[in-house]
Amino acid sequence: MIAHNWEAVIGMEVHVQLNTASKMFCSCSTDYLGAPPNSNVCPVCLGMPGVLPVANRLAVEKVLKTALALNCEIPEKSKFDRKNYFYPDLPKGYQISQYDLPLSRSGWIDIGGRRVRITRAHLEEDTGSLKHAGDALHAAQESLVDLNRSGMPLMEIVSEPDLHSAEEARDYAIALRQLLRYVGASEADMERGQLRVEPNISVRPRGAEELGVKTELKNLNSFRALHRGVEFEIRRQVELLTSGGKVLQETRGWSEPEQRTFSQRSKEFAQDYRYFPEPDLPPISIDPGWIDRLRGELPELPGPRRLRLMEAHGLSEQDARELTAERATADYFEAVVAAGAEAKPAANWVIQESPAATPEQLASVIRLVAGGTINRDQGREVLAEAARTGSQPEAIVRERGLAQLSDESELGAIADRVLAENPKAVADYRAGKREAIGPLVGKVIAATERRANAQVARRLLEERLNPLPDGEG
Amino acid sequence: MRRRETTPSEVLERHLADIEARDGEVRAFLRLVPRLARAQAAEADARYAAGAPLGPLDGIPVAVKDVLCVDGVETTAGSRILKGFHPPYDATAIARLRAAGSVFLGMTNCDEFAMGSSTENSGYHPTHNPWRLDRVPGGSSGGSAAAVAAGMAVIGLGTDTGGSIRQPAALCGVVGVKPTYGRVSRYGLIAFASSLDQIGPFTRSVTDAAQVLQVIAGHDPRDATSGDRPIDMLAALEAGVEGLRIGVAREYSEVEGIEPGVRGRVDEALLKLEAAGAELVDVALPHTDYGLAAYYIVAPAEASSNLARFDGIKYGASDASAETLLETYLRTRRQGFGGEVRRRIMLGTYALSSGYYDAYYLKAQKVRTLVARDFAQAFESCDVIVSATSPTVAFEIGAKTGDPLAMYLCDVLTLGGNLAGLAGISLPCGMADGLPVGLQVLAPQWREAMALRVARAYEMASGITAQVAPA
Repeated sequence: MIAHNWEAVIGMEVHVQLNTASKMFCSCSTDYLGAPPNSNVCPVCLGMPGVLPVANRLAVEKVLKTALALNCEIPEKSKFDRKNYFYPDLPKGYQISQYDLPLSRSGWIDIGGRRVRITRAHLEEDTGSLKHAGDALHAAQESLVDLNRSGMPLMEIVSEPDLHSAEEARDYAIALRQLLRYVGASEADMERGQLRVEPNISVRPRGAEELGVKTELKNLNSFRALHRGVEFEIRRQVELLTSGGKVLQETRGWSEPEQRTFSQRSKEFAQDYRYFPEPDLPPISIDPGWIDRLRGELPELPGPRRLRLMEAHGLSEQDARELTAERATADYFEAVVAAGAEAKPAANWVIQESPAATPEQLASVIRLVAGGTINRDQGREVLAEAARTGSQPEAIVRERGLAQLSDESELGAIADRVLAENPKAVADYRAGKREAIGPLVGKVIAATERRANAQVARRLLEERLNPLPDGEG
Repeated sequence: MRRRETTPSEVLERHLADIEARDGEVRAFLRLVPRLARAQAAEADARYAAGAPLGPLDGIPVAVKDVLCVDGVETTAGSRILKGFHPPYDATAIARLRAAGSVFLGMTNCDEFAMGSSTENSGYHPTHNPWRLDRVPGGSSGGSAAAVAAGMAVIGLGTDTGGSIRQPAALCGVVGVKPTYGRVSRYGLIAFASSLDQIGPFTRSVTDAAQVLQVIAGHDPRDATSGDRPIDMLAALEAGVEGLRIGVAREYSEVEGIEPGVRGRVDEALLKLEAAGAELVDVALPHTDYGLAAYYIVAPAEASSNLARFDGIKYGASDASAETLLETYLRTRRQGFGGEVRRRIMLGTYALSSGYYDAYYLKAQKVRTLVARDFAQAFESCDVIVSATSPTVAFEIGAKTGDPLAMYLCDVLTLGGNLAGLAGISLPCGMADGLPVGLQVLAPQWREAMALRVARAYEMASGITAQVAPA
């Protein structure tokens, strides 16, 4: 827990691998995970002499769409720049990125009632990766370079320091992930490195204007790690400052096994990246027509959609939130409703069962259950079979003779037998323990291979347990 | 060859014999590829025998500057640091010549990474001017220019960043074309300064140059800076200069250090063009001097970044004695790069450094805009600008190696064309002191056809055409 008289100030740098089919500047596949080292490469992403980058238009569009969804301003002109530095995973000796004319600026996203300002979202290329033989970099005997990831399209989203707790940092990342998946820009899977979140964290006495010295946190491979890491770092900084120490400007890593942050690299001396305009790529002109088309291609975003589902279908906020967590889920729900199902049961089925059946199949099952033809358990089975075979639920019910057993004479005979076999429950019930009827209903249903109409079975049992008074007695 | 009087293989063998006879002194080639050449020539033989050659370049021997990647052929940019590098791809210009049936003789010498104006900065050896062996051939594409001048190749390919085709063409007495920036794909050209580099041909006639351009020009999906424009190199070649306006800029004709012999030949050439029906008009290029300074900021800045990839790890030479990664980088680069390349990397790194960027790189880019505006304004009153290509004829080997600034001044009349992305050509206009003088024709972007037309008209009017330098 952070002491009450300290305030944490957190800005987020998020790198997102875009889900295009090919890399940022060449035609290599983006499906590199699991490929043998240095197999998913070509002269361009290997940075060989004389080869040239050609920008992936789809990647540009995915950034622009994300930027629109983040309420960003889009300039008329954007360009790529070279960020120059030596590192073994950077084959050209520079990274193609964007410096002073990014694809977007000045947006915002609302996180649980708090507005977080977005500084910019820009496009760049990913680096390769290094494998160190040994436990840690400083102890490694050799380091191997794998350039399969080199040239992957990478979007960087930078926020203003508008977040103030580990929870908010996590919620921001979750909201971004949701948005990215809605927009179709990325699967944004943190464990696969598709969403890399780097919080910049500082603390200051509550009420102070001036910002404290910040640290940048890396290696956060899950939302949980993000939450824990930020929490740890806030506490570490507060403890340092309250015990008379100083926070150093540095990059810190999160150690999952030790559940603590550790110093990786001092940032006191800013590296000079010698940015300059990338001469191999012409500037990008962004005309209003292009933006209009992309805006038209944007889906309804999670926030507005949640509100609409609540209003249009009378759903609870909780249900609407769960249904809109993924665009596919919300689409599915709405398709089920469009196929004729009632919204509330449809919401229940979609949330609780995550069905694999078609929306039409689920709508049929919901109708069959609501109409009393089958019970909910049967509905679940029918739905699974419909998904597996593609058959219509009505046909499955017919063929398997699953229709719910509501015949009173047949069920009455079974009820009589169950009561005779369970004198203890009968006695309990008659002694006032009304809940003793539950297991009896269950036994009737079990005796019918789960086909019994539960309501009918209950009523028949109640009639037998509470015989009407003898009018002649 | 079409008339079956000779065959591509015979032509090739004659050129290989000439190389054998002359290149020991000229040293235009860094390496030959006779096996590849003979195989290509044999295929061309078959096409001619079948009466179905691929076009005018089928079976024609080509000398390739060592900065253009040829699939499977060692390509080193004239640098020790790329020793042993065999690219697994063709430059687009190479692929287009290959598809047109051309025969590759080998890789020609150049200043290391095309940085220089004399071919003395080669990581291997200097090249000698075929007209006088104690003179430089110009540079950086000196090897290709010398090969064509000595009759060792019909076509040479070069690259021009600040004059590296036109200046050696002038000094060797051959035709050299720097196309509009974006006209020829740069894919596979080992970059010196990406915003300035262009590939172009050396030939012994304007018509041949137009034929080569017609083949290598055109949009390439692998070069985002290549333009998609009609390719019309031969369209107006014989149209003459009647009624054309030829711009003459005092900043060029009176440039510092211009030799009287050079000025004399150029003035005569202008009179011949006037006599052929052209009108001479005065134009102004007021930012010429600043252009030189801007060029020597922009080009090294881009080079410092382009050359960062040569680290001794992925390809080319590597210092095996180093114990740490940093030492490998430092030693490989110190040993692999020559003095001029290291100087330009340092200049460029400095110009891009934080705190200096605005004063150097940004200002240089603004000057570049002003230079381009000079040309745009000049071309409002003329069709082409004609001048000397180089203020001097070929100078003695070693004369300027100790004075980089004097060497940089070699490009003063050519680099404006690169800063503004123009089309330019250099062609012979006579001799001074027994050495060739080059005439430069600059045309607006995408107007190669106009530059070629004026150059061809001059050839016709003057009767001066490129000659093979006597052995």
